[in-house]
Amino acid sequence: MTAAATRVLFDEPGPRGRARIRIFTVIGLLLVAGIVALALYQFYRNGQLGRSRWLAFAEPAYLRFLADGIRGTIIATALAAVLSFPLGVVLALGRLSRNALLRRVSTWYIELFRSIPLLLLIYAFLLALPRYGINLPILWKLVVPIVLVNVAVLAEIFRAGILAVDRGQSEAAAALGLREGTAMRSVILPQAIRLVIPTLVTQLVALLKDSTLGYVVSYPELMKQAQNLTVYTHLLVQTYLIVAAIYVVVNLLLSRFAVWLERRLGSRTSSRAARGQAAEPEGVPQTMA
Amino acid sequence: MRVVTDNLGFLLGGLLVTLELTVLGFVGALLLGTVLAVFRVSPIAPLRWVGAVYVEVLRNMPLLTLLILVVFGLPDVGITFSLFTSAAVCMAAFAAAFVCEAVRGGINTVPVGQAEAARSLGFTFTQSLRYVILPPAFRTMVQPLVNIFIGVVLGSSLASAVGVSELTNRTQVLNLQSAEAVVLFLVSGAIYLVIALLGGAAGGALERRVSGGRAR
Repeated sequence: MTAAATRVLFDEPGPRGRARIRIFTVIGLLLVAGIVALALYQFYRNGQLGRSRWLAFAEPAYLRFLADGIRGTIIATALAAVLSFPLGVVLALGRLSRNALLRRVSTWYIELFRSIPLLLLIYAFLLALPRYGINLPILWKLVVPIVLVNVAVLAEIFRAGILAVDRGQSEAAAALGLREGTAMRSVILPQAIRLVIPTLVTQLVALLKDSTLGYVVSYPELMKQAQNLTVYTHLLVQTYLIVAAIYVVVNLLLSRFAVWLERRLGSRTSSRAARGQAAEPEGVPQTMA
Repeated sequence: MRVVTDNLGFLLGGLLVTLELTVLGFVGALLLGTVLAVFRVSPIAPLRWVGAVYVEVLRNMPLLTLLILVVFGLPDVGITFSLFTSAAVCMAAFAAAFVCEAVRGGINTVPVGQAEAARSLGFTFTQSLRYVILPPAFRTMVQPLVNIFIGVVLGSSLASAVGVSELTNRTQVLNLQSAEAVVLFLVSGAIYLVIALLGGAAGGALERRVSGGRAR
């Protein structure tokens, strides 16, 4: 990827160009080293590099605290995924339905929930709805809004998958005398879902990020546990850096897994791509926030 | 409805903060993201590494984690900004990773032959960027950039979790004081919806315009 883009913008360098690249490489390395050194110095000057301030996290009690947080994060993310994936399929089918009313309602739902902030919805479940007698347990005050919002995103993903299945498939199903519902269930959907599996894995990253809002509803997932920990230890920057690193590593692994899946599943359908039909989407786009 | 009309100024003030965060965050992200994209395609290896590490870290970090790290963590190492500045910096830094990938993706769609043709015609670097590479690249970038803009609008609500008094935060504050909770949330939700839809419509118009240029 990088190599291709480099070739778009720059020619293969000649001897003088290569010399210049070498010089700038050295300068670049020095700059990076300088910035890292400056950051470390800033930590040192404020006494944040002390051994005790980092070794504290080797203590079993602290580790258990963070591990509890990770468990909470996994529970919230998994629940949200298990609930929103099937609902996303249903909503996608609603949007593709022949029934105009169903189609319109699904479209409105998708537009609406893709355009309001998750946090606003969580505040509504946390602060407003209990007054009207809707008082969910804390975990669900986090999971239900996440599901409501993500179903809209997932519906669009599934819809794209369904539309990407070769038309010949539904025509063949019709020629075999399958009813529309049966054709969708046993011919189109299985292929559509396989097409979008990598995107679904990327969506897990989004769900995992959303679960950090447990911080707001005081559900003990990683972010909230980290905050609870800092109340006792006052090791703010250390705790949050460690937590950030955990999130980055987990999400990075998930993203890599999605790319790997993409390549693997892509090769299985490559015969079709070779015939010039239904070009596979390149890479797995990651949505923001 | 009373609670909304009585506190209209308060809510509009919150909307203003949301818009400020959005604009600062998005414009900052456009600038930083473009620089990072240039880093990522440059022939100088350390710059490519910096760009790659930045994108992978920021794209995989939850925005709330970044906000909390910057707002509550950085003062520990002697770096303190005002709350609003911290939030705006976070929005820009976070969205920049996505902008970078959108820009890079756009540049990648330009066939290498076109750029080579421009160079062999004697176009300078800036000329080939300006006349050959960027126009088609920009067309493929518009849609991702619109999505990023909407992401920034919605993401700015997270600033309320660290105490920035923007729209979501003020809704929540008013809710605690008044009985008409649902109305408040409906109004705020509608405001976000309008901003997002306007952003989407503007993006659609922009996209038609840039792709209309190709048809002519």
